[in-house]
Amino acid sequence: MRPISYTRAGTLEAAVKAFTAAGADARYLAGGTTLYDLMKLGVERPAHLIDLTGIAGLNIIETDGDVLRFGALALMGDVAYTPAVHEGYPVLSESLLKAASQQLRNMATVGGNLLQRTRCMYFRNGAGSTSTVGVYPCNRRQPGSGCAAIGGLDRGHAVLGASDACTAVSPGDWPVALMAMDATIELFGPGGARSIPIAEFYRLPSDTPHLQFNVDPAELITAITVPKTPGRASTYHKIRDRESFAFALASAAVAVEMDGATVRTARIALGGVATVPWRAQPAEDMVRGKTLTPELALEAGRAAFRGARPGQHNAFKMDLGARVIADALMIAAERRS
Amino acid sequence: MTSRNPGDTQHSGVTRRTVLGTGAGVAAATILPLQPDAQAQQLPAPIETGTTIRVSMSVNGQAVSLDIDSRASLLDLLRERLGFTGTKKGCDHGQCGACTIHLDGRPVVSCLTLAAKASGREVTTIEGLASGETLHPMQTAFIDHDALQCGYCTPGQIMSAVACVHQGQATNRDSIREFMSGNICRCGAYAGIVAAIEDVAANSREG
Repeated sequence: MRPISYTRAGTLEAAVKAFTAAGADARYLAGGTTLYDLMKLGVERPAHLIDLTGIAGLNIIETDGDVLRFGALALMGDVAYTPAVHEGYPVLSESLLKAASQQLRNMATVGGNLLQRTRCMYFRNGAGSTSTVGVYPCNRRQPGSGCAAIGGLDRGHAVLGASDACTAVSPGDWPVALMAMDATIELFGPGGARSIPIAEFYRLPSDTPHLQFNVDPAELITAITVPKTPGRASTYHKIRDRESFAFALASAAVAVEMDGATVRTARIALGGVATVPWRAQPAEDMVRGKTLTPELALEAGRAAFRGARPGQHNAFKMDLGARVIADALMIAAERRS
Repeated sequence: MTSRNPGDTQHSGVTRRTVLGTGAGVAAATILPLQPDAQAQQLPAPIETGTTIRVSMSVNGQAVSLDIDSRASLLDLLRERLGFTGTKKGCDHGQCGACTIHLDGRPVVSCLTLAAKASGREVTTIEGLASGETLHPMQTAFIDHDALQCGYCTPGQIMSAVACVHQGQATNRDSIREFMSGNICRCGAYAGIVAAIEDVAANSREG
């Protein structure tokens, strides 16, 4: 690991100023569960860390207003157990509780979690210590070096949204839930404050997989807002290799508005199967205005994977993912009040 | 490899601990020069390349203040600088839970906690649970229920187990197992661990 300077910023303005002064080798630090981990692996090699966790007021959770508002530094565990979230928006709470162990939920922030990096083993473990390319090529880690996952051990990789340059799966659960709930991301940077819908936050890998977020490096996430939707019933359904504390093989965030047994609207997003948090509009279209049955739910699940491109070892995710959507739709519908 | 790159290492000569600490792949490369006598002396001399910063924190109720390498993890600070070796290094990547400690009363993995971030905060390790010679009820319960075999994961298990009861998550076996999923036990002592937590919760002993 390179020597690093460590500073604590007291305000947003001070953080951005410190970052701009430090240049390209600077990184903002919040919980550190991704960044420090990747520093140990040689994937991230910052020279300057600017700790944001001392900035006052950036961890506030507000549920009384027109929207749910989560300060970027709010801990995953604190948001998950906030009564209004836990009881009223199970898709949000469950996505956080299923995302990490309780220890990590006490460290990781809901803002930092949006920037979690892929768990592709070639990305994580291929950096080496002396080579610039690394033990394994990886276009995400080293642009233009190639992709060891394509044709390699790709059981955990994406079947949706992949390119010839990268098939690494987006690892998050919370961003998937936020995608289904039309969240907005609030940012602050050298140019001031701005907001973008979460649907515009993530970039498909295309031929530039090293660029994952539509955010300037000097910009900070300051808050996440979620529209209040009391009429929706929701769930975050996640299938893993083991029952707890594992990344998704396939997951679905589903929020439905029901009229008796008829689906008025459905919001469906997928995790574990795509290169970005994946909105499954074909599945939503299939159930809208219809009476929900297990057969229709599975048909909708299948529609989400039309056009999927499996690799060598991950074709099972198309069937698994369809069934996860189907089960999630039925679970959410049963929760309608 | 790391041994050729003194800027990335903090070796002070190769000891058993250094070899263990640098991981199997690196260890293999580091062991080779040890075979011929004199070659070990050609290993990089101890070079402190890091930036040091001053941190002050409370560890098990005692105030400590010292200069540390800004890259250090809280785990390494506790073990290598302060001598609290009860906290164990397993994976060093937040996946096994062996290094679980309490920071301001909440469990965290100390391996992924930058030591600098702990400045001004309260740290409790396994050494801080007992009151003098009297074990914490969870420590007693782990003994009573044979909740360990090799014992390496046990300090981390106990730190999480204490929080499980304290946070009211020890209401049933499923809830206990879910809460404890960030602590891996390769010996498979899970049945005893769950029983110990149930016991403490049922007896309303302070978690």
